[in-house]
Amino acid sequence: MAETKVLEPQKEEIEISEGTERTREGLCFIPRADIYELDDHLMIVADVPGADDKTVDIVLEKDVLTINALVDPVLPEGYSLAYAEYEVGDYTRSFKISSEIDREKISASIKNGVLRLRLPKAAAAKTRKISVATA
Amino acid sequence: MYRRYRSPYQLREIDRLQQQMNRLYETSTPSRLRQAGGYPAMNIWSSNDGLKVTAEVPGVHPEDIDINVVGDTLTLTGERRPDDLKEGVQYHRQERGYGKFSRSIQLPYKVNIKKVEATFANGVLSVDLPRADEDKPRKIVVKSA
Repeated sequence: MAETKVLEPQKEEIEISEGTERTREGLCFIPRADIYELDDHLMIVADVPGADDKTVDIVLEKDVLTINALVDPVLPEGYSLAYAEYEVGDYTRSFKISSEIDREKISASIKNGVLRLRLPKAAAAKTRKISVATA
Repeated sequence: MYRRYRSPYQLREIDRLQQQMNRLYETSTPSRLRQAGGYPAMNIWSSNDGLKVTAEVPGVHPEDIDINVVGDTLTLTGERRPDDLKEGVQYHRQERGYGKFSRSIQLPYKVNIKKVEATFANGVLSVDLPRADEDKPRKIVVKSA
């Protein structure tokens, strides 16, 4: 396995200049993601703390897979924020999908604030073992 | 400052106003972010009855989190485990970190350890820390003679 990264406490905010302006109020972050490849599929794993299956939205348009998670900051009743190290906001990130992915079979799951996308490879892209016959 | 004593009354008044405005800005936006001293980043909420500490720990299993309170110090320890992958998996991108973490913060007052409760939902940990009864501010009634 690849060398493991250390845990980073700070989230990265999106840059406005990067894309179109947002119409939703609040902050927006780029979720940290891992992408790894197995024999028959690709996995995208993204950290989206605060989001659940109802607030995550995944859209595949042409070659671009976009994750959007809308997270509304919760203000606990009767409490006031005394000290802050992180902020709560939406998440957005897009990935370009290669032609070897079977678009119809992409599936996603979310647990404990981690989104997992499973992108199966199309039959043609799967590695085939070719046996060599002796003449 | 030297100038201050010499400035006329009106100027001093403006100074005072400016100070008040600055203070207002500081208190009304406590969301001025501090750099987290370690993982995870924490937010602390306060009310009359106690504190609430929240932290984003996506991908950490609730059973892997330990919460300890000793006196007025809260310690969060835990571990984020990597996916159980077989050898030879090819990583195209790796931005998420793994490993053990431990962080202690000092609370502004003693809490009632017996009543500390924690919840975990969608990768967000929330710890309720009610203020210790003996530490609560006492209201003194003024009796009329």
